[in-house]
Amino acid sequence: MDWDAPAIVLDARPYGEGDAIATVMTAEHGAHRGLARGGAARGRTAIWQPGNLIQARWVARLSDQLGSFTAELVHPAAALAMDDALAMAMLSSACAVAEGALPEREPHPRVFEGLLHLIAHLSQGQAVLGDLIRWETVLLADLGYGLDLTCCAVTGETADLAFVSPKTGRAVTEAGAGIWTSRLLRLPSFLVGGNDAAPPDWRDGLRLTGHFLERDAFGHHHRPLPLARRMLYDRVAALVSRLESSSDA
Amino acid sequence: MGGPEIERLIGLLAKLPGMGPRSARRAALRMLQQPDTRMLPLATALADAARAVKPCSVCGNLDSQDPCAICGDSRRDRSVICVVEGVGDLWALERASVFHGLYHVLGGTLSALSGVGPEDLNVTPLLVRVEQGVTEVILALGATVDGATTAHWLTDRLKPLGVTVTRVAQGVPIGGALDVLDDGTLAAALRARRPS
Repeated sequence: MDWDAPAIVLDARPYGEGDAIATVMTAEHGAHRGLARGGAARGRTAIWQPGNLIQARWVARLSDQLGSFTAELVHPAAALAMDDALAMAMLSSACAVAEGALPEREPHPRVFEGLLHLIAHLSQGQAVLGDLIRWETVLLADLGYGLDLTCCAVTGETADLAFVSPKTGRAVTEAGAGIWTSRLLRLPSFLVGGNDAAPPDWRDGLRLTGHFLERDAFGHHHRPLPLARRMLYDRVAALVSRLESSSDA
Repeated sequence: MGGPEIERLIGLLAKLPGMGPRSARRAALRMLQQPDTRMLPLATALADAARAVKPCSVCGNLDSQDPCAICGDSRRDRSVICVVEGVGDLWALERASVFHGLYHVLGGTLSALSGVGPEDLNVTPLLVRVEQGVTEVILALGATVDGATTAHWLTDRLKPLGVTVTRVAQGVPIGGALDVLDDGTLAAALRARRPS
């Protein structure tokens, strides 16, 4: 059994002294684990950094075995993001969420394409945050926990959607929300065809997808939201606060 | 083979870094053949080290005195702290004799996937030390995703204390040829270029 495909490294944990158990994602094979010989050794560890795009080859005697990887680096996304705190936080968060939420060996081409797009545009910094939030909604939808943002759950209106029910994941308008506003999650307008994401939308969007990732994608496996995802939210929330306070002044 | 004592000795040696069952067997045999000159001095040294060596209460270095020899050395520059991931990194810097300030051993790096959070690292004592007249903190952490994440996180906490935060450079190693470097290192080296 073997395959050869472009892949994104999601994780590589040291195994023994020089090897690593790597998780990569491909369009056809989804999240896939394997033994990367020498993956934690000095000469090869740069290849197996989360977020890197590689050309991976997986080989095993039987399809249900762990198998082993060999790889060649195609795009060193991790190295390119290292100097930028926000880019690094987005890359770590996306890889940790994909690694933790996606079932093994189940293809999710839309999630793969979205992650590839994110990695390619990380250098744009804040401008990619909207894409990251959209990618998380795609991931939720692919896992069967999609948000229903087509119309208001209360009034049936399709315009002016402003909130999402934390229970059902359905959109609600300002009028439909009534006195329950404080209990609902704010829906950033860029997720329902509005303008480009503004700074408060980044925070609201991450809070929205974070709630459903935590409750559904990770909660059903009795696991918390990954630390990298929580750190990304903290970083963005601090950034938005700084931007808001500087605009007030 | 030769009784449970030998098997136990080989089993314990095989768990050490760089050793496997085969090399452990060779080491055990050499010690057993020369117990007076190799085995007993080693056993004494192991027992002495286990009893005396403790983490330094100031920086986290391993030493038989507390504070460690580095923290207690009055000739060292006390205005600069170099933050390293582990004691091995501290030893590497000391071996090179290029840094004459103080150290702080974090005891790891933040890792989302391994579940290592800020509370698992030796961070609070670092923040306390920085407030005691330190002017520069050098983050000498690995050029990995976890190392970079930890460096950014530490920078966010150290900057408000009014200290200069720097990071060790990344790029072409001494004696290294460009054509054998990986793309990531080349990109980092080009980004960190300086006027010649």
